[in-house]
Amino acid sequence: MIREPFVNEASPFQRLDPRLRILMATAFAFVTALSDRFSALVPGLVASIILIGFSGLQVRNVLKRLMLVNGFVLFLWLVVPMTFPGAPLFDLGPLTATREGVLVSARIAIKCNAILLSFIALVAVSPVATLGAALARMGIPEKIVFLLLMSYRYIFVMETEYQRLARSAAVRGFRPSTSIHTYRTFAYLIGMLFVRASARAERVYMAMLCRGFSGRFHCMQEFSFSRKDGIWAGCMTIALFGLGILEWMG
Amino acid sequence: MDGLTSIIELEHICFGYDAGPPVLDDLSFLLGEGEKAGLIGYNGSGKTTLLHVIMGLLTPSRGTIRVLGKKIETKKDFLEVRRTIGLVFQNADDQLFSPTVLEDVAFGPLNLGKSPKEARTMAMETLERLNLEGFENRITHRLSGGEKKLVSLATVLVMQPKALLLDEPTTGLDEDARTRITSLLNDLDISMVIVSHEYDFLAGTVQRVYSMKDGRIQFDGEAEILHVHVHRHPVIEHRHGREGEQGKSHSR
Repeated sequence: MIREPFVNEASPFQRLDPRLRILMATAFAFVTALSDRFSALVPGLVASIILIGFSGLQVRNVLKRLMLVNGFVLFLWLVVPMTFPGAPLFDLGPLTATREGVLVSARIAIKCNAILLSFIALVAVSPVATLGAALARMGIPEKIVFLLLMSYRYIFVMETEYQRLARSAAVRGFRPSTSIHTYRTFAYLIGMLFVRASARAERVYMAMLCRGFSGRFHCMQEFSFSRKDGIWAGCMTIALFGLGILEWMG
Repeated sequence: MDGLTSIIELEHICFGYDAGPPVLDDLSFLLGEGEKAGLIGYNGSGKTTLLHVIMGLLTPSRGTIRVLGKKIETKKDFLEVRRTIGLVFQNADDQLFSPTVLEDVAFGPLNLGKSPKEARTMAMETLERLNLEGFENRITHRLSGGEKKLVSLATVLVMQPKALLLDEPTTGLDEDARTRITSLLNDLDISMVIVSHEYDFLAGTVQRVYSMKDGRIQFDGEAEILHVHVHRHPVIEHRHGREGEQGKSHSR
């Protein structure tokens, strides 16, 4: 479930305009994802680590988050070097790892971590509610923003509902195993969850109608772009250009 | 009701879900200005359905609805009704969909065409009136059950309705929250219909109690008298109160 662990920690980035932070994190993600040379990727990773340093977040919590994603990266390391065509580097039993395969895996690992770190530092420090408002103010279509906010709002209700159903199965002695009975029970649980979600969606919509909803969403939060935002925007833009130059000129 | 202006007037309303038996069968009801009415009935007797029909969420197959004396027919008429009458849903999670309390309370005023600034002021005033200062930035899904109920009341009251429909406002609330809701409803100087299973709660909030049976509404008596009555004859309490909760269990 969404716990927003980085919101409660005090970060100086929280005082920056969230629109700027979203924009910069996105731009950084694009530059990093499109870069291919290690001479650009490694400085990118360093830059994201510097951002984490500025963000004032607890390093332990950030590492915990990274572990999660690097689980997938590890899986890539197990598969890609052995399957990617190229010059053989070393043998592992019947399998041969290639130089190109190792390089591709390294690139993916660096990109993944750099992008994740920059988003943790810049974006994850804001509550989803603020991010939604910021996206709306950036000109993202209202319907997409509200889809995000509504999913965020009702994912908790769905979790509670699932737990209620699972508990009611558990108190009647249900223990998951590999059997038709287990599969059927889970199918019922999930089916019931869908039925309830759709019934709830209908009630939420009716409640919205009762309060005069006519298909248009309005955003309340206002943001202002301060001098401090300007300074940060300047620094980050220069850094991004630097990375671009390293990639395309280097 | 003589001499009183009527807020809601229902005549010969019929309604049924799909091919099922009629839920509302030739139902007539009148809510006067300033009147506070309680509505009791079995599960599945059509209480919630009735509230939804009044709001125009469900369309009756027969009968007329008048709000403030005006016959309500078109979709546009119902948009007007929703400004006049506020409905507080039974489940606060259905009502509160915005991430923060302030945004949820401001949702109604924004729909009525207020500017974000006006909507914010109105929301803050309403929260203050309900003793919910400091709640504006709370995350709605993290509120307690009682807090959720109070905030959903705020989301409706901010639209300054002339009448309030409350669907089982005390279900699942503890004594504290119940007391708070009771005193709050007593302080409100507008008409209301309260659907509830709890005689005690109704006795503390409404003047008249109606019950729903066989798709119709019947007048049961003044709340005060019924309340005393119930306490003097526990057997009758059994018939009137408990059956409603346990008798029929098919719900709608």
